[in-house]
Amino acid sequence: MQTICDGRSGEIQLMQGNQAFARGALEAGLSVVAGYPGTPSSEIVENLAKASTVRNIYVEWSVNEKVAMEVAAAASFAGLRSAAIMKQVGVNVASDFMLHLSESGIRAGMILISCEDPGALSSGNEGESRPFAKLFEVPLLEPCDMQEAKDMTQWAFALSEEIRNLVMIRSVTRLSHASGNVTLGSLPEVAPVARYKHWGTMMDADEGPMTTIPVHYRHTLMQQKLQKAVSRFEESPFNTYEGPENPEVIIITSSACTLYSREAIRLLGVKERVGLIKLGTTWPLPPRFMEKYLSMADIIFTVEEVLPFIEDSVKILASDIAGRIGIKKFHGRSDGTLPTVNELNPDLVAGGLAKILGIEYLPMESAYVELVDKAVGSAAPPRDLAFCAGCPHRASFWSIHNALEMDGREGFVCGDIGCYTLAILPTGFSTLRTVHAMGSGTGIASGFGKLGRFGMDQPALSVCGDSTFFHAVMPALVNAIHNQADMTLVVLDNSGTAMTGFQPHPGLTVDATGGDAPALDIAEIVRAMGAHVAESDPFQVEATRDKLLELLQKKGVNVLILKQSCALSPEKKGKKLFQVDLDPSVCLGEDCGCNRLCARVFKCPGLQWDPEAKSARIDEVICSGCGVCASICPSGAIKKKEVA
Amino acid sequence: MATQSHAADPYNLIITGVGGQGNVLASKLIGNILVDQGYYVTIGETFGASQRGGSVMSHLRISRESIQSPQIPRGKAHMVVALEPTEALRVLKEYGNFGVKVITNTRPVYSVAVVCGDSPYPSMDDLKGWMDKLTAAAWFIGATDEAVKLGTAILSNVLLVGALAAVGDLPLERDRFQEVMSRTMPPAKVEMNVAAFDKGRAMII
Repeated sequence: MQTICDGRSGEIQLMQGNQAFARGALEAGLSVVAGYPGTPSSEIVENLAKASTVRNIYVEWSVNEKVAMEVAAAASFAGLRSAAIMKQVGVNVASDFMLHLSESGIRAGMILISCEDPGALSSGNEGESRPFAKLFEVPLLEPCDMQEAKDMTQWAFALSEEIRNLVMIRSVTRLSHASGNVTLGSLPEVAPVARYKHWGTMMDADEGPMTTIPVHYRHTLMQQKLQKAVSRFEESPFNTYEGPENPEVIIITSSACTLYSREAIRLLGVKERVGLIKLGTTWPLPPRFMEKYLSMADIIFTVEEVLPFIEDSVKILASDIAGRIGIKKFHGRSDGTLPTVNELNPDLVAGGLAKILGIEYLPMESAYVELVDKAVGSAAPPRDLAFCAGCPHRASFWSIHNALEMDGREGFVCGDIGCYTLAILPTGFSTLRTVHAMGSGTGIASGFGKLGRFGMDQPALSVCGDSTFFHAVMPALVNAIHNQADMTLVVLDNSGTAMTGFQPHPGLTVDATGGDAPALDIAEIVRAMGAHVAESDPFQVEATRDKLLELLQKKGVNVLILKQSCALSPEKKGKKLFQVDLDPSVCLGEDCGCNRLCARVFKCPGLQWDPEAKSARIDEVICSGCGVCASICPSGAIKKKEVA
Repeated sequence: MATQSHAADPYNLIITGVGGQGNVLASKLIGNILVDQGYYVTIGETFGASQRGGSVMSHLRISRESIQSPQIPRGKAHMVVALEPTEALRVLKEYGNFGVKVITNTRPVYSVAVVCGDSPYPSMDDLKGWMDKLTAAAWFIGATDEAVKLGTAILSNVLLVGALAAVGDLPLERDRFQEVMSRTMPPAKVEMNVAAFDKGRAMII
């Protein structure tokens, strides 16, 4: 089996963007990597974890992104090249440390790779982290394809070491999760020795303490480092111009948008009219390089995702040098030439460019559009997201929903980020009534739980997953207990970071590379914190509902732990707890009065409504044998038998 | 270098299905076979929420010239390979044209809307009728049924890759397939996959 360590220098391989980042880090002689799972970033750490079996590197899934960056920084301080890897929202979490790190500086090369999700293809937001580079005065790189993902990662380490500061690389889903040809470089033989030199004076960058003070001195250094990076950017092979000598329009772009822009120029057949500045180094802009090409045309079209980050910088630069380059007309995200939200694609860029050039762009024949719209409307039923067959979350939310109904005080559940976020949809009986960041459900419930003096008598609940509990819920729970809020936290413990691919977390007995690790017990932790604690198997829906109902009557902070592995977890997949059968002679179908409760409301993909027979049936192939549906049929038509 | 050559550059292939059907593996497999022959292959994947019942789609751009956008422009697919028949239609809505070809599995995967009785699933005759109007050529293949006969439904994707090879737009020769399989799969699984590839090739008449 291939790993990213296979392959000689000069060999061409088909690589996923995230594999290319990982390979680039290895080619740079990386020693330590830490991250927290999050789509579309997780494969970078996973590939490096596999590589750690053949190379001497330390790979860790950290408890959260701030700690991941701190762990990586320690390696850099001790003279080892290191990387912190996360998705865009993780940079928000890490940002407090990141500001301080930028001010203290680093020793051996250290990079941050932030994988972002324009269009929110698998996120609860389409926030971006590029403004942090500006805010914290660190250089920012944005590769445009898989080859650059590898090459820029390698270059970023050298740049970081040269300027003695963190270098940030920004990827997007369409790059991290895309694959393409990559020509490999060689993997160096390195044997670094870790030693933290701290005995020098305060001002000694090599052997003094790593700190942000004296603040003004360090801040000045920080800005000098950034200027040094700019001088390297001026000469960087990652910044290029392609197109005619006298273009009518210049596109400025970076990242995957470079590929969309090239495609748009080709779709419209306007190669002779449009030039393209591809920026690999997007903050700060290299002013001399920019001036040379901005002088060539009066119309500037910036193509980027999602906010007008480069566009704003270009406008500021262009106004500074307007005397030399003249007054420009700007198009992009700001003026509506491109939509102000969502990811881009070749058609949106072609549409924007066509508008600027005053030509027409019609991607599809109208006769075809008319016909295919009719076909999809009549013969392609919608495919909404739903919990998998046998998912413990469906059972958990069934019980939570029913307990709240029986309690009758209009209680509600505050959620956060995980597969269970889907419980805001009918698949989780629309049980979640707030959804925000990691751990926010519990912080918000803590707040609701103090509103009794203002007449609020609704029970406030929150849910979180097991990985999220460690990541961000613990401080919120401490807050609720200490401030004597009335709330109930339900921990949906499915034994892994399921949504992103079962990465281990501190509650499990394995680490990132499969080694043994001490597991922290959630029940023991919350008991020690001082909460009332109960535990239940979510597949026991009635017992779970009753336990929760009892907790809801208690003042103070209650925690109910519902433990059942994810239906897709490697140890569970394909193994049935129960053989589940539906007796068609007992199912009353449409005459039952349950109004198709099992299929219409419970909505398990393994339990299907047969419109011809007018009764429910079990799909043997899809049913995962959790047996929960046997408890919900009012006629008792569904029978479960334990599988030996 | 390949003996066959494809007409369009880039050649735009979409592989579509539902989470868990092996889309990503099929696209990697085709990509590896073509990269070995000196092509530039760009694969864009949409698989964010795929494990939770959503549609999954891989865009493959095959070129002699360069890496391409990982998203195919609207209306510009040359070939759609579908692991699920209604997903083929959904792809045509964005990427279809009167010249497109489609190879589709006949086995439905019902969405929750169908399962709970809210939306009917179309008949195979309906689907064939639409495909007839919306494509230049369409092949309906019982890939899942044949894969089950070979031992496991998960081979459906490789069966469809075999069918794609038989259509002949792309140089996906058997020995190259076998070579990539031996490199990327545990040895015990290679033979089974080659059998599935052969079965798929034989199903294009």
